[in-house]
Amino acid sequence: MSIRERLSGNEAVAFAFKQINPDVMGAFPITPSTEIPQYFSQYVNNGEVDTEFVPVESEHSAMSCCIGAEAAGGRAVTATSSAGLALMYEVLYVAASARLPITLACVNRALTGPININNDHSDSMGARDSGWLQLYSENNQEAYDNMLMAMRIAEHPDVRLPIMICQDGFITSHAIENIELVEDELVKKFVGEYEPQEYLLKKENPLSVGPYDISPYYMEHRVSQAQAMKNAKQVILDVSAEFAKMTGRSYGLFEEFMMEDAERAIVIIGSSAGTAKEAVRQLRAKGEKVGLIKLRAFRPFPMEELGKALNGVKAVAVMDKSEGFSACGGPVFAETRSACYGLPEQPMMINYVYGLGGRDVRVESIQYVFERLSEIIENGTTGEVYRHLDVRGGEYSGL
Amino acid sequence: MAKMTEIRWHGRGGQGAKTAALLLADSAFNTGKYVQGFPEYGPERMGAPITAYNRISDERCTVHSNIYYPDYVVVVDVTLLSVVDVTKGLKPEGAIIINSGKDPEELRPLLNGYTGRVCTIDAGKISTEELGRNFPNTPMLGAVVKVSGLIDEEEFIEDMKGSFKHKFSTKPQVIEGNMKALIRSMKEVKGL
Repeated sequence: MSIRERLSGNEAVAFAFKQINPDVMGAFPITPSTEIPQYFSQYVNNGEVDTEFVPVESEHSAMSCCIGAEAAGGRAVTATSSAGLALMYEVLYVAASARLPITLACVNRALTGPININNDHSDSMGARDSGWLQLYSENNQEAYDNMLMAMRIAEHPDVRLPIMICQDGFITSHAIENIELVEDELVKKFVGEYEPQEYLLKKENPLSVGPYDISPYYMEHRVSQAQAMKNAKQVILDVSAEFAKMTGRSYGLFEEFMMEDAERAIVIIGSSAGTAKEAVRQLRAKGEKVGLIKLRAFRPFPMEELGKALNGVKAVAVMDKSEGFSACGGPVFAETRSACYGLPEQPMMINYVYGLGGRDVRVESIQYVFERLSEIIENGTTGEVYRHLDVRGGEYSGL
Repeated sequence: MAKMTEIRWHGRGGQGAKTAALLLADSAFNTGKYVQGFPEYGPERMGAPITAYNRISDERCTVHSNIYYPDYVVVVDVTLLSVVDVTKGLKPEGAIIINSGKDPEELRPLLNGYTGRVCTIDAGKISTEELGRNFPNTPMLGAVVKVSGLIDEEEFIEDMKGSFKHKFSTKPQVIEGNMKALIRSMKEVKGL
């Protein structure tokens, strides 16, 4: 029997870490980190875990600490947000290329400036090319469930890549909601022990981690790292299937919500997917053929699967909660449109950048987007492709 | 869809409106409901107007936006009436609950023509008398439960007894005062 609780997203992740009992947590103990290390440090202090908690002087050091621990053969975790993640960028690449399956809880918040502490995805989207796996969560339950699956995915011999479990800052991280927790014993059994094949301190086969890689070999290492990212898709599906057997909660690379026979659809990530589901429900109740796809895995990107799911939909709006400054749309849009290139029945597609710096996303915001998709179908042309939602003086769903 | 009750709290930073919203979520959760309790974060300063929210329902709510059309509005600091449009979007069949010793009809002129129920509770006075200090949280919580009928009153009182025992395990002397403040506010709230 699962345990009925109510927890904030931060509490849920800290609780998952407690159940997992990792070897090391390296964390910067103040802002811009999250409440997660704060809650977790209480478990450490109370002796409820035997994790080595290393409070460091910066996020760069937090990740470096995790790299050292993981290279030595331990299981290392950290948590951060916003500018904290940005300060880790350099070492994120080191973790990924050294094939160290570190787990990072990312609470998505805007990157400065102007100074802002609220939710958007600019922090993790900025790290999308670092070689980390990225799973996104709609609510506290998914943040918890994804965290329980994280190490099984990251540490799998076909993958061996670090993983970032993302949830929306404040919107889910600080909101108390109901949650179903898994019993400690089941978590322990599911997550298992970390038994790396090779590690720094293995006396039968000592090795170096992170040395200089000369040009004649560098590219081969990059290709094998790229292959690991490709392999991750199947591993995510396998681990999720096993998780579903244990909990009854099913996860894929993305979730399709009322997509059967949908003529209009949105593609979205994170907490706003929940708000958008309500908009879809309301429109469906009026007989409108609308649906949504919520991406769970952004890295690896489910290119073929998403293309298949969107084939035949008449018009699609891809929602980006980060600007990207490409002058032609956000990162989710770029990937999604690429996934649809060459489809037999390619949808018309627009991009909305939305919800930046905590701009509230309402059911009406999403209904507004579906109305624009209707216009696009009616007119037979997309018009402006790269748009911004709920902006003064621009497109505003109004209140 | 199951009936959902949405509540918006207005307070000032440091007064505990956020804590009150989370306590209400706890209490509703303990009586079997699906709950959301969340604050709206801005530049955090003592005394600045802050907002917190609750959604309470028999089914899980997937919406993660702020609340624009609340069933109930709770004003923890009466001085906010002239600063914030507290009744904005408030449903006329709902109610506003204000921390004040005044009669509800005395405050109505400050509420931008709101036609629904206006309730007042002198949470400051109750708190000062029962706890010796101005902690308006507990009495406001009692008044919200009384006015909204969201949670069975007996169940609520029992649940709060348990919560206070847990919360104040290191200073049990304040448990009785909090319980008294809670029960008094449920009796003394005006405008029912």
